[in-house]
Parts: sequence; C-alpha cells; structure tokens
Amino acid sequence: MPAVSMTVNGKKVSADVEPRTLLVHYLREHLGLTGTHVGCDTSQCGACVVHINGESVKSCTVLAAQAEGAKVTTIEGLADGDKLHPMQEAFREHHALQCGFCTPGMVMSAIDLVKKNKNPSEKEIREWLSGNLCRCTGYHNIVKAIAAAAQTMRG
Amino acid sequence: MSATGIGAPVRRIEDYRFLTGRGTYTDDLNQPNQAHAYILRSPHPHARIKGIKTAKAAKAKGVIAVLTGADVVKDDLGGLPCGWQVTDRHGKPMVEPPHPILVSDIARHVGDQVAVVIAETHQQARDAAELIEVDYQVLPSATSTAAAAKKGAALVWDQAPNNLCYDWILGDEQAANAAFAKAKHVAKVDIVNNRLIPNAMEPRAAVGVYDAAKDHYTLHTTSQNPHVIRLLMAAYVLKLPEHKVRVNAPDVGGAFGSKIFHYAEEAIVTWAAKKVRRPVRWTAERSESFMSDAHGRDHVTHAELAIDANGKFLAMKVYTIANMGAYLSTFAPCVPTYLYALLLAGTYTTPTIFCEVKAVFTNTVPVDAYRGAGRPEATYVVERIVDEAAKVTGIDAAEIRRRNFIPRDAFPYQTPVVVQYDSGDYQSTLDMALKQSDYAGFEKRRAESAKKGKLRGIGLSTYIEACGIAPSAVVGSVGARAGLYESALIRVHPTGSVTVLTGSHSHGQGHETTFAQLVSERMGVELKNIEVVHGDTDKIPFGMGTYGSRSLAVGGSAMVKAMDKIIAKGKKIAAHLLEAAEADIEFKDGTFSVAGTDKKKALAEIAGAAYVPHNYPINELEPGLEEQAFYDPSNFTFPGGCHVAEIEIDRDTGVVQLVNFVAVDDVGRVINPMIVEGQVHGGVAQGLGQALLEGCVYDADGQLITGSYMDYTMPRADHLPTLKVSTHNTLCTHNPLGVKGVGEVGAIGSPAAIMNAVHNALAPLGVREIQMPATPERVWRAIHGARRAAE
Repeated sequence: MPAVSMTVNGKKVSADVEPRTLLVHYLREHLGLTGTHVGCDTSQCGACVVHINGESVKSCTVLAAQAEGAKVTTIEGLADGDKLHPMQEAFREHHALQCGFCTPGMVMSAIDLVKKNKNPSEKEIREWLSGNLCRCTGYHNIVKAIAAAAQTMRG
Repeated sequence: MSATGIGAPVRRIEDYRFLTGRGTYTDDLNQPNQAHAYILRSPHPHARIKGIKTAKAAKAKGVIAVLTGADVVKDDLGGLPCGWQVTDRHGKPMVEPPHPILVSDIARHVGDQVAVVIAETHQQARDAAELIEVDYQVLPSATSTAAAAKKGAALVWDQAPNNLCYDWILGDEQAANAAFAKAKHVAKVDIVNNRLIPNAMEPRAAVGVYDAAKDHYTLHTTSQNPHVIRLLMAAYVLKLPEHKVRVNAPDVGGAFGSKIFHYAEEAIVTWAAKKVRRPVRWTAERSESFMSDAHGRDHVTHAELAIDANGKFLAMKVYTIANMGAYLSTFAPCVPTYLYALLLAGTYTTPTIFCEVKAVFTNTVPVDAYRGAGRPEATYVVERIVDEAAKVTGIDAAEIRRRNFIPRDAFPYQTPVVVQYDSGDYQSTLDMALKQSDYAGFEKRRAESAKKGKLRGIGLSTYIEACGIAPSAVVGSVGARAGLYESALIRVHPTGSVTVLTGSHSHGQGHETTFAQLVSERMGVELKNIEVVHGDTDKIPFGMGTYGSRSLAVGGSAMVKAMDKIIAKGKKIAAHLLEAAEADIEFKDGTFSVAGTDKKKALAEIAGAAYVPHNYPINELEPGLEEQAFYDPSNFTFPGGCHVAEIEIDRDTGVVQLVNFVAVDDVGRVINPMIVEGQVHGGVAQGLGQALLEGCVYDADGQLITGSYMDYTMPRADHLPTLKVSTHNTLCTHNPLGVKGVGEVGAIGSPAAIMNAVHNALAPLGVREIQMPATPERVWRAIHGARRAAE
C-alpha cells in the first residue's frame, strides 16, 4: 500500500492506504478527523467539503493520493483555539444548523464562496449552495448566516 | 422573561461541538479491534431464494464471517416486531406477517436483507459480498398502491388475500350518505399523496459490541428512541433480558421519523458482535438508505364533501388506500388510521365524517411515520377539498374557510372523529397570514406575472395537527402495544449545579438548549450550570423517545413534575434550616425564603445540606436531591395555523417557483422562538419537497427508480425563497407548560398551501387535478394538455 502524505490543518501527516482510498476516508479513518461527514455516494450532498490548497472540494470525489503534498483544511482546523472562525460564529448566531451533520460541509463551502465573492447576494448564496444538501433548516438561516459572515469578513 | 429563560432566543448550547467538527455521530464511534459488516440485499422485488453459496466469500481476503437467514433460524432469533395492532371493520386483527432480520426463503422488496459479510475493512466486506451466489427464482411482484388490492395483483403474502393488511373504518357511512342527500353542492377530489424517502443527511448506522467478561451487549445506533430499541431488540429479536443490553443513540444527524423504527441492521450487528467476538459496525451507503429506510406517505384517496347553500360543510367521506410496503414497520399500521382519520375534521365544524382505509402490502420498502405521519396526508385531503368546495360554490377560498371554522369560543371542541381539541384561534391565524401575504393584493401581482408570460397562483392551508403523543390508555385502547409517557430525572448536585436526564432524544431539535432554558427558569439556575443528557439507556432511567412533536409537551412536562418534587423537598429542608413552618417557605429565582422575612437559603445551600446532612430532618427526609417523574399526557395537543403560498409557473418549462411563503402557526407557549422558527423553516422545506420535487418511483417490474440523489430530487437552497414565519399562540390547557409542539407543523400545513397555489395558477387554463410532486414535466403536460383540449 502506498504511503500518502499531506499537510492537514497545518500538521504534516502520512498514512499507508489502498490506492482506491478516497480523501474523506483518509481523513476520517486514518487521521480520526470525523468532523468531515459522508452523506451520500454520488457526490451530491456536500457534507464532505474540505479545502484543498484553499479551494472547496468534495472530499468524496478525490482520491487521497490526488491530495499528495497538498494543504488540506477540515472543519477541525478552522477555529483559532477557542475562537470560532467568523463563518462558524455566524452559523451559531443565526441558528444555521440543527442536527449538525451537513454543517461542516456547509461552513467549508461558504468560506470559499465568500473568498471568491466578498459581497454575495441572496440569489448568489442560494445558487452557490446547490452542491450542499441540508434536510433540517430549509436553508433560510444558512443563507442569513453566510450573508452576515461575509459582512464580518469584509471588515 | 429573563435573558435565558422561557421565551428567550438563546443561542444553542450544542452548536459549538457541531461547528468545530466534534459532534459524535454513530459512524464516528470507532472501537478497538472493530470489524465491518456489509449487507447483501435483494436486487429483486420478489424472489424465492433457492440456495445461497457463501464458501467463496467466506474465503475472501479479510473475511471473518458470512451469516445468512439460515443462521438466524438456527440461533432461534425472533423477527422485527410491530408496535401497533389495528383491528379491521369486522373486528378482526390486521394481517401481521413475520419480519425476519435476514430472509431465508423469500425476499419481498428490493433491498431486503439476504446475507451479512463481516470483514476486517468495509471494502473487504463489500468485495466479498459480490462473491456470494444467491439462486433467486424471481416471482411476480406488486408495487402499485392503487392496484395492489385489485384482482390479478401478485400476492406479497399468502396469508393476506388481495394484499389486504386491514380494511378499517371510522364513522357512520349511512349518516354521511344521508347528509350528502341534502347537499346543495358536492366537492370531490381524487388525490395521490406521494411516497417520500425521508433522507436525513446522516445515513443510518449501527455498532454492536459484546463484552464476554460481563456477558453484556452494547448497541450504538442512529435512533430517536434508544429505550424502545432496547426493548424491541432484546425482548423480541435477540431474546435477551434488558439489563444485559445497553443502547446508545449519540448525536444523530436528522431523523424525521425514519429513525424511530427498529431496523434489522441494529439486531444484526449486536448478534454478530457476539458471534465473532469483536465489535461489528455498519453504516448505510446512501443507496442503501433509499432501499432500506422506512419510506413515508403513499396514499391514494377519493374524497367527497357535502356543502349546503350557504357554503357550510355538512359531511365528508374519505376512501383511502395506504401502502404498508412488504412488511409492517414498527408503527406503520397506526399512521394511515389513528394519525390520519382523527384529523379529518381539520379546523372545521363538519358534523359528520366517514373514513375507510384499506392498507395494502406491496413489494416495496416498508412505509412508516415520516415528519407529520398521517397528519400531512389528512391535511392534504381536507385542504384540497376545501379549495375544491370554494370552486364549486363560487365562494372565496379564505371566506369558505372562515364560514366553517370552529369558533374561538367553542373550545374544548369535540370533533366527530374521536379527538377533542383543547384550544385554538383559527380566525386570527388566517387573518394574520392573509395580511402578511397581502392576499388582497394578489390579483395585481397575478396580472404583473401575466405580463411577463408567467402564471401566478396563491394557495391557503388552514391546518390542524394532533401531537404531543400520547395518552397511553387512549392509544392502548386502539391497538398501541406501548405506553407513550415520558420520563425525566433532575439531579441537583451538592454544589447546586443540575443534570437533567431525559427520555426524549434530540437529533436536531436543540433540546440541550430548550430543556436547559426550561429548567433554568423554573429552578433559578444559570444555563452554564445545567446539563441535559439524553440517548443512553445506561444513564437515562427510561424513555419513549422523540417523535410526534412530543418532546416538550410530554418530556418537558415530566421535567416540570420532577422539578416540582425537588422544590417540595427543598422547602422541607429550608423549613428545617430556617426554623420556619414548611407552609411559610416560598421558592423563587433559585432561593427558598420565609414569607415576609429576609431569612433565605439558596438552592445550592439546600443541596449542600441534602448531601451533607449534618443539620437535617433525617427522621423525616432521605438525604440527596434528585427526583424522577413520569408524565402521561391526558390528551393530544393541537397546534394549528395558516400557511399561504404564492407560486409562479414558467409556461414554457413547467417549472414552479415558490415566490412567497407565509406561516402563522399556533404552537402553544414558546420556550425558544429562534428554535421554533427554525423548526418551521425545515418543515416547510420538506413540505415544498413533497409538493414540487420529491417522489419515490418504482417501475412496473418493482425496481426502485429513485435510488440516489441523482434521481430523487431533494430541496436545495435555490428552490426556496426567504420564508415569513411567525406565531400566534393559544396555550394548551392540559399540560403544565401550555406547550403544543412545533416539529411537524411546517411539513403538515405547507404541501396543501403550495398545491392549492399551483391549482389556483392553472385553473384559468382548465386544469383540474394535478398530483404531487408538481414537477416541471407534470405541469408542462397539464398546461399543454389543457391547451390541446381547448383547441
């Protein structure tokens, strides 16, 4: 089995995995980072979104081997100690999560949106989220939270 | 109202762990030395298993064991039990076929469990399952709800002629017919309540652990009710005493009813853990969820409403065929009967109601409770036919509702369908919703849409629901095999902090916050000093779990009872310490005081005295400050309200866009308005899914066509507008909090509002009935079919 190495949440990691291992399984099973979730098997739900070199990616569509040498950030790597990232804080403030299962993917995806579009409209937020399913919130408060976080992040 | 007590929009205590990736869901619970189970499922809707060859799979790399139905028979395991027995119109019990955890003779739906492979890794188990050779003899299958009871349909069970599970009635058909004979108008609808797949974002998962040293089993599972699972699995399937079994439902990623039921995989991993002497874990792939999670709804209904010359409803007759699937899931039989027909009065004074329900078996996944469970189906019938009544009488849709509402001064109100509503104010919720949606200005907006070439429609739903499930004696008299009380244990620690142990289960509802607010307000303890614990049968004394919007109405009421006991005991201790009469002790904001004096003791001081009873009335009182209570409700609760939907249809594509949605709900006393609004948002999104997007499809050969997110349309962010949600609350009169429940209202009221809007938009074209989901294809065909008919 090949060794796959990368930097995850600022830490250098390496594990021997089968070549067919997906990045999400590498994170969950080999690194114990269970904050990244698996909600489907067709790359539709977005619960597994992480950042690879700063870009949001569904980690179920990427082989671990494809992320060799990359910088990966997961939900566990966002907060600065006890201080939440503004996107996490906005999700809490606006009740943008209920069961919490889609939340890591939503937050990671939303951060990438705001990086690419500093002042997204409601329509742009809703369209951007087409790759992330939530069954609890009706998206209402997620949209509000992302708009609020964008404002905070603009400073 | 304090900043953290009842009525405050407190930010959720549980959010920190979910936002930082530290939630603990079942699939996150890795065990030392764990093995992985993969379930081989039937690819056929109906097939006799003539033989299974497992030798190759058993020898494959990493495989520890392969188990089949023969092993289940050999180990004398029981089947999955059904928790409700419906009695038919002739007094005969429903047909109740066996429900094995692994089938040994006949597979009865695509996805039925045939064998289990246990291996070192998930991939090895999955690969080995492909080496199992099953010799299937494919049998004819029945999957259509409408056709299952018709002559010539294939039989799912030999013991159920015409595939009939039961033929059940409520009310007097002759009395209804007599009222129809006097009617000036009759409204009729033929409707399909589409089959839905719940699709909680967390797939089901189960981890079985066997401790040989203690001969003890642990099951970690994605469940809404761990004690119920323990009872059903231990007593009926594995035949173990409950004290040898712990069931733990940790963080659960959404459920919506689909995680109430006892599933085969829970018993399989627990049984297998002992067989292989290693922890055994299983997590559904999403495609497995589609073919093994209990589905929801799936009714075919004909209904008629008799109306007099003034637009008053005289009587209603409802004839429904309800699909049970291939087996009876845990609560399946009660959903299209007692959770359905009892709601057919809606918010109206219709004096005579008759309902007939034929439940049929089909070669499909079992159907059971899904958010609303029976009540969305009832609401859809009532609110669609009321709109049809508006049409046949020429009375405005809001006005005909107003004429038939139960007046606000008529409560308690005895309906003709068993239940007695305790409180409500349907006129006000309607008026508020009409105002907020600018109902009066609709025709102007319709004209503006028409200028853009679009069709615009507006629709109402003035719904009722029954929740806070349920008085045990009442449900017991109609077939429930369980009580539906809830338990709570309040533990005041020696320094005054509080642990609340509840039999309710939170899987998105935010109980850790709402319940803490309730306890904080009542006990005068700061939120940071309260912890709410749920989900683990080793910690919680007992519980019936969370479903039917019951957690606050039933579980919260149990907490109030337990707190009352704490306060009563605290008063005795305070009287002793303050050298006063017990009758003179008052409790307020966490302090016991002697009335009319400045003598007082804080709760923490009372707790300290209770645990260090040096100066204590030890001859009269036991030490400690911990109380348990069970609460069995005396009635259902009856949330209701008005939903108004406004839609726009693109004539060229048939796409329906929800452009405005107003909900004014009466949910009783609100503990946390932020959470209440969130519950309504989510319910409305699921209601929109049912109305416009979602529908489970089986083809004529019994194959599940909608087996993934590629072909089952889930609501996405751009399907929804910003929702306008508010409440107008009347208090429940029979529980100590005045609460009614909010978990299901969004999904119950909204499908009818949205579909009434679709019908309103299409009516000018001559379109009569369009079924859910109103997909672009269906709407386009309806528009163009009507146009062709007109030409």
